[in-house]
Amino acid sequence: MISLLSHLMNGLSLGSVYAIIALGYTMVYGIAKMLNFAHGDVIMIGAYISFCAIHYWNLPPALALVAAMAVCTVLGIVIERLAYKPLRQATSLAVLITAIGMSYLLQNSALLIWGSNTKSFPDMINVPAISLLGGELIIKGEAIVTILACVVIMIALTLFTSRTKMGKAMRGVSEDKGAAELMGINVNLTISVTFAIGSALAAIAGVLLCTAYPALTPTTGSMPGIKAFTAAVFGGIGSIPGAMVGGILLGVIEILGKAYISMELGDAFVFAVLIIVLLVKPTGLLGKKIHEKV
Amino acid sequence: MTQPKKRLLDTKMVPVPSQSIVPERDVDKRPVLETRHLGIEFGGLKAVEDFNIAVGPTEICGLIGPNGAGKTTVFNLLTKVYQPTTGTVLINGKDTSGMNTEQANRMGIARTFQNIRLFSNMTVEDNVRIGLHNQIRYGMFSGILRLPQFWQGEKKQHEKALDLLSIFGMQDMANVKAGSLPYGAQRRLEIVRALATNPSLLLLDEPAAGMNPHETEELMQNIIKIRDQFQIAVMLIEHDMNLVMGICEGICVLNYGRIIAKGTPDEIQSNPVVIEAYLGSQHKEVE
Amino acid sequence: MNKKLRSNLITYGIVILAFIVCQVAISGSIDGFKMTRSLKGQLIPICVYIVMAVSLNLTVGISGELSLGHAGFMSVGAFSGIIMSSWLVSAFQMENELVRLLLAMIAGGVFAGIAGVLIGIPVLRLRGDYLAIVTLAFGEIIRNVLNTLYFSVDGKALHIGFNNPNLTGKIVYNGPAGAVGVDKIATFEMGFVLILFTLFVVLNLINSRSGRAIMAIRDSRIAAESVGLNVTKYKMMAFVTSAVLAGMAGALYGLNYSTVTAAKFKFDTSILVLVFVVLGGIGNIRGSIIAAALLTLLPELLRSFSTYRMLVYAIVLILVMLATNSPMMKSVLSSITGKIKALLSGRKAKSGKAGDAA
Repeated sequence: MISLLSHLMNGLSLGSVYAIIALGYTMVYGIAKMLNFAHGDVIMIGAYISFCAIHYWNLPPALALVAAMAVCTVLGIVIERLAYKPLRQATSLAVLITAIGMSYLLQNSALLIWGSNTKSFPDMINVPAISLLGGELIIKGEAIVTILACVVIMIALTLFTSRTKMGKAMRGVSEDKGAAELMGINVNLTISVTFAIGSALAAIAGVLLCTAYPALTPTTGSMPGIKAFTAAVFGGIGSIPGAMVGGILLGVIEILGKAYISMELGDAFVFAVLIIVLLVKPTGLLGKKIHEKV
Repeated sequence: MTQPKKRLLDTKMVPVPSQSIVPERDVDKRPVLETRHLGIEFGGLKAVEDFNIAVGPTEICGLIGPNGAGKTTVFNLLTKVYQPTTGTVLINGKDTSGMNTEQANRMGIARTFQNIRLFSNMTVEDNVRIGLHNQIRYGMFSGILRLPQFWQGEKKQHEKALDLLSIFGMQDMANVKAGSLPYGAQRRLEIVRALATNPSLLLLDEPAAGMNPHETEELMQNIIKIRDQFQIAVMLIEHDMNLVMGICEGICVLNYGRIIAKGTPDEIQSNPVVIEAYLGSQHKEVE
Repeated sequence: MNKKLRSNLITYGIVILAFIVCQVAISGSIDGFKMTRSLKGQLIPICVYIVMAVSLNLTVGISGELSLGHAGFMSVGAFSGIIMSSWLVSAFQMENELVRLLLAMIAGGVFAGIAGVLIGIPVLRLRGDYLAIVTLAFGEIIRNVLNTLYFSVDGKALHIGFNNPNLTGKIVYNGPAGAVGVDKIATFEMGFVLILFTLFVVLNLINSRSGRAIMAIRDSRIAAESVGLNVTKYKMMAFVTSAVLAGMAGALYGLNYSTVTAAKFKFDTSILVLVFVVLGGIGNIRGSIIAAALLTLLPELLRSFSTYRMLVYAIVLILVMLATNSPMMKSVLSSITGKIKALLSGRKAKSGKAGDAA
């Protein structure tokens, strides 16, 4: 029972990281209708930046996080402008291949800059652990911070998209780009802001991920990226609460699967869930049905 | 709508039991298409409701109505792109419930599209050959191993494709890429491709859209020619009233998803409900 | 038709010519034209990657479905081929390497084909990005599952263990450690034959009734259904054919090394093959062959360049996609090619006139 609870807590914490990454995927997919394959690698860049900030420039953790967010925001906007914007009218196959190319570009640039050696990520979160049930169940500080961060981001994003002008513009663009443009919405700016927010979230996710799993390499972001995409699809791509629900469920499933079924098959388990969800409900748990116009 | 249009066909229409009319020559034959209380809802909105129609096996039938009346939705229901929420579609007397578009085509219903959907990277001939897919067959392995069936099949497909293209005098364009054809030719190619599937009912969704009066005149002659040559029924959606009144024997008028009138071109042109639907409301794009 | 036939003959011609040149270079019968050892070692992988690229092009280019799990089929083929080869030795003391290699490749193709059917049934119901991500997921699942399996041969018996390395007989596949002690029976000649076979299957398929149906579904699924095409059947046909060919290539690849692990068939390998397809031109079979051969050779020729290889691939991939798909770049490119064409035809016209005068 205690071990189940502690697995659940681990799952919740991993799931929160997935949820934060999935938010980036889902927002970009909702607006640009593209699968930003390079999103996972933005996470990795964010983690490296905060690693450098602490290790080489001796910045405090909070500033390191801000630095990572700033770099990733700029990176996200630049990637969109250079690689994705010229392809707005292109087929989804072309856009996806470009995004895969971008993912490899980021990974290999990181390889050249930071080398292939695993960097041991510093502990950036100094929150004491909580012990419950007479010390039998210990919840790590990182887990608490991660889950809290996820909840805060979720609420902030929901308020942003429903209350602010830019948020409403985003929803407009995601419904109908052409119509939004005719209503005087600056589509290019809206898409840039979406990429900026998504990438800043990726930086946060990168730091949280590497605090929990401190081994940092140029491919650190790719697997969590793919899993977070899975989470976004699971919850219904394009839906902010969907990304949240999908991320957390996926994290819990992964940890429980690894703990109770098979350590080696943990990832296979996650992907099997994706496939089953897509077959049973192709638009995910909270997704909208898309009609093809004939 | 105000002055009567020139009519190319003068057919006597007679009523049949299924609340519809068919040409007198078809009255003893089984209708090629019959719908019973056909309807579909999209999220509570009834796009088409209680649609009952019978089409004779050699009838040219028009489906008209203001924009948004549900005409293309009816075509999508007939071809099983959408599954109806109520009612049934019978093709040659057979119930098509639960079938998909592909099976509906095999039952004998072929169509063209309002926004042209050709296989634009392929040649004109290959587009028609794809229409012949279920008519002239040979297996995958015969194709890969180049067995005699392959050579025979290819030869037959080639001959038949050119034959069909010659209806519109398009046999010289056989090796042109479909996507690079002019607009009117693309519409004609879609008709040829649909015909290649050997249908008993041909659905044309705005066949004259984007054509000039001369081309439209030619198209009208061709639709009649196709009907006479292949002995099939044609059902068409069209906004060009010269075409509709000129060649349709029976006309069905749709408004807000419901049939508001059925009859011969003369009856429809003088029907006050139809005039109200077209002129009395804001829909003024039809002359 | 004639144009297509000529184009296909050129493709076969290129492959046969390249094979002859390689054979001459291996024999060293012409002075100063001898293949280095390291280059020779690349011959079989080149054949394998050509087959991989051509078969992936069938899915991506001809059928229009982006598959990101092609290496998964390669791995199924590799390990079933290796196990088949060991089992033939253990069960029948079969020493004839050519027959073993052939049977191993057939086994690789069959098992990869079965995997293709099993994966295709769910995957091909999906569309676009979803399909891509699920093929990726399947590729990873195959790799994960392979890490938990153990195989041994014992006389005519074949033992399979799940998470259980204690099997009787000779272990041929050892979980995460992969296939060990593999007989290296793969030959360049067989690679050449496999390329010809692949070309024969793919080119003949494309230029037949079934191939036209596959391409029609790619161009417009709705129109294809409206003329009575069975969409699932033809998508499946392309997907499974592609998987079978990848499996055969995988078997050849696996039998070219003494140890092979599942890690060799990671997502990166799928992407590498996709790069070949994209750079060779999506839907262009000859392009896939040339791209696969050159890009496998290139790092070998420019050793110093190898650290930047993936970086350069990534940049080239993005640039090619931008150049071929962005409207602005397209118009720039077409004006350049137009000018070149005008220049060439001008020259031709001039030489034609000169000919007339003579």
